Amino acid sequence: MIDILLQHPFISALVALGLLAGTFGAVLGFASVKFKVEGDPLVDQIDELLPQTQCGQCGHPGCRPYAQGIVNGEAINKCPPGGQATINALADLLDVEAPSLDEEHGQEDIKKVAFIREDECIGCTKCIQACPVDAILGAAKQMHTVIAAECTGCDLCVEPCPVDCIDMIPVESTLSDWHWELPNPAQIIATDRQNQEESQAA
Amino acid sequence: MRKIFDFHGGIHPPENKHQSTQGGIESIALPKELIIPLNQHVGAAADPVVETGQHVLKGQLIAEAHGFVSANIHAPTSGHIRAIELRTANHASGMAVLSIVLEPDGEDRWIELESCDQPETLDAQAIIAKVRAAGLAGMGGAGFPTSVKLGGKDIQTLILNAAECEPYITADDILLRHYAAEVLAGAQLLARVFPRLESILIGIEDNKPEAIASLEHALAAQPNTGNTLAIEIVVVPTKYPSGGEKQLIQLLTGKEVPSGKIPAAIGIVMQNVATARAAWRAVRYGEPLISRITTVVGKALKKQGNIEVLIGTPIAHVLSERGFRETESERVVVGGPMMGWAIEDTLAPVVKATNCLLLPSKEELPAAPPEQACIRCGLCAEACPAELLPQQLYWYARAEDQEKLRAYNIFDCIECGACSYVCPSSIPLVQYYRAAKGTIRQAEKDKRKSDQARLRFEARQERIAKAEAEKEAKRLERKKAAEEAKRKLAEKQAAEKSASAYSATESAKDSTKDSAKKDAGEPDMKAIKSEMVKEALAAAAAKKSAQQDDSSEAEKELKRLQRGLSSAESRLERARATLLKNQEEGADATRLDTLAARVKEAEQKVNDARKKLEAAQ
Repeated sequence: MIDILLQHPFISALVALGLLAGTFGAVLGFASVKFKVEGDPLVDQIDELLPQTQCGQCGHPGCRPYAQGIVNGEAINKCPPGGQATINALADLLDVEAPSLDEEHGQEDIKKVAFIREDECIGCTKCIQACPVDAILGAAKQMHTVIAAECTGCDLCVEPCPVDCIDMIPVESTLSDWHWELPNPAQIIATDRQNQEESQAA
Repeated sequence: MRKIFDFHGGIHPPENKHQSTQGGIESIALPKELIIPLNQHVGAAADPVVETGQHVLKGQLIAEAHGFVSANIHAPTSGHIRAIELRTANHASGMAVLSIVLEPDGEDRWIELESCDQPETLDAQAIIAKVRAAGLAGMGGAGFPTSVKLGGKDIQTLILNAAECEPYITADDILLRHYAAEVLAGAQLLARVFPRLESILIGIEDNKPEAIASLEHALAAQPNTGNTLAIEIVVVPTKYPSGGEKQLIQLLTGKEVPSGKIPAAIGIVMQNVATARAAWRAVRYGEPLISRITTVVGKALKKQGNIEVLIGTPIAHVLSERGFRETESERVVVGGPMMGWAIEDTLAPVVKATNCLLLPSKEELPAAPPEQACIRCGLCAEACPAELLPQQLYWYARAEDQEKLRAYNIFDCIECGACSYVCPSSIPLVQYYRAAKGTIRQAEKDKRKSDQARLRFEARQERIAKAEAEKEAKRLERKKAAEEAKRKLAEKQAAEKSASAYSATESAKDSTKDSAKKDAGEPDMKAIKSEMVKEALAAAAAKKSAQQDDSSEAEKELKRLQRGLSSAESRLERARATLLKNQEEGADATRLDTLAARVKEAEQKVNDARKKLEAAQ
């Protein structure tokens, strides 16, 4: 056996390669079973970036289905609540060019929260059934109200209301969530500066 | 002599302290109204405990701390509560916050205060309770509730901060010149809160010789009781920002506060000297924090100096008392030139943390020159006392790259402004960091909210799926029950049929059976019964097999008709038997009539069945 291998380098090479291929194949096969990942991790990563308003403006029943959709090759610019920031983050994650928001699915808007005009509410529970995050409290023939802290501002409760008593109110910013804006100076060069000072002096 | 350490970087801006140290502590007239914001401290806003129209006395509690990290608020003078409404905050945003508006009655009448003649007998809990009741919040600028800081465990070093490194500000300097004894008493008082305390230090910059002298004098005069720790006055060289908490700790102890931690993590707690004095007054005299010394300085004022101002005094009132020349002024700055912020609305009030109002003239503090491109000279990195890389932070702040900003420890930036000060391109670096920090915090908040929304959405989906599954399970159960009932009914019918078939055969060969029955007696009855059951089962099986059989429709029909005939016959048999029995027993006429009718009916059915069977055959 050894003699044959020694005398026929071609055969010995084939045997060696075959052995290597077999070994690595076995390792890979083992790894694919042992380290199998349940579900698509990319869906989770995309889902993390989406704003979780569950509004359905992208055409999917929730953010996770849209994340799945993106993995399946859908455009990343269908999320108006996330706006350009979300598109940029998604583009960064997926390493693609960031497109601008597809206006077909709605426009980027300021943050809003649903408000039920309680004296007009007839207690039909339709909005409760529509709310994707269970942020509306109430029972049949009882007044309903929105838990503002849980409301994602998805707008889905407005349409089913038979008496149109739900308003989308812009979220007022408070002192605690105010922060400084990034300075946005006109970039100038030194000679401009000199001119400016001269014109000021004049 | 204690070794003085050094911290990285730092700058030496013009001190501009002399303007406000010429006079003593002055006072101004009461304003027409005091605007007392409910949130002058770090933490939750206090809850108002007074109503509009109510008369309050000086020092009366008007808003109660809400939660642990919060502070009480007291009436700065006696008067009427005019409103509890939104008023412009003393804040860079210029936003409105809920404030109590107090109209002074001019009497300035104190509420009865609970003083304590022997504060040295109080235990730690009592001291903390008194400090909390007095609504103390850090008076050095940050406004962190003092009682929370005093709750620190395992503290070895108490440092009083008298460095006051920022240009223009002299509030602590003046305070020490006048009230050094009270500050020292406050230090001893606060020291007793920490059982494991080893040293009490007062850090002060060497540009305040009068204050140092005053402190030393007071220290010499302080009775040495032996059971108190000695206070050490540590004079540090003047360098901005030596008054920063972490920087002063580094100067005095050589220790660095770890990134993202508070000084308590290394056994140190720091209080401002003004806070120490306020703590002393709170415990000794029961005096709440209702006024503070504020430096009011700048060339746009006729008179510069330090004023004891009531908390809530509108800045506009302070300015008018000091002869503010609006035309000469560029802006109204709260705080010093390095870390202060400009406010638009001068109706904003002085709050517990307002240590300086700076009213520079246009020449004194000109508007920042336009920003130019970063030339990567690295001066900012040399100046940074937190040893960060300001130029890198600047790039990433502009690119809004939050990951990189975190990697470069943006949250360790103390916003001292040393980098902006040295920048040859006049880039307002701190503004970039402030904005970036805000955006990161906002993103974190949004993330928390979206995670919460995701959880709720998933929980809802799960609940709906569960309800749906339950409904489906119930439906299947009902379906199964219905099938079971149907099957039972069919079985019953089959049993009946076979039983009738049995009775028919029985009547055919009745004589033999009858004799057998008589012979066997009771056990035979059982045998008959079991036989009946067997036959019924056999009939059912036959029926089933017949159903399953591949036999043709005609055959099926035939069998069905045969079964029909036999059942009709048995029914006729039974009807006749009952009729006979009734006749024998002599039942009433109507009963006999109905029975006779039933017999006839049964006969008719038998005939029909026979005809049908014949036709089929």
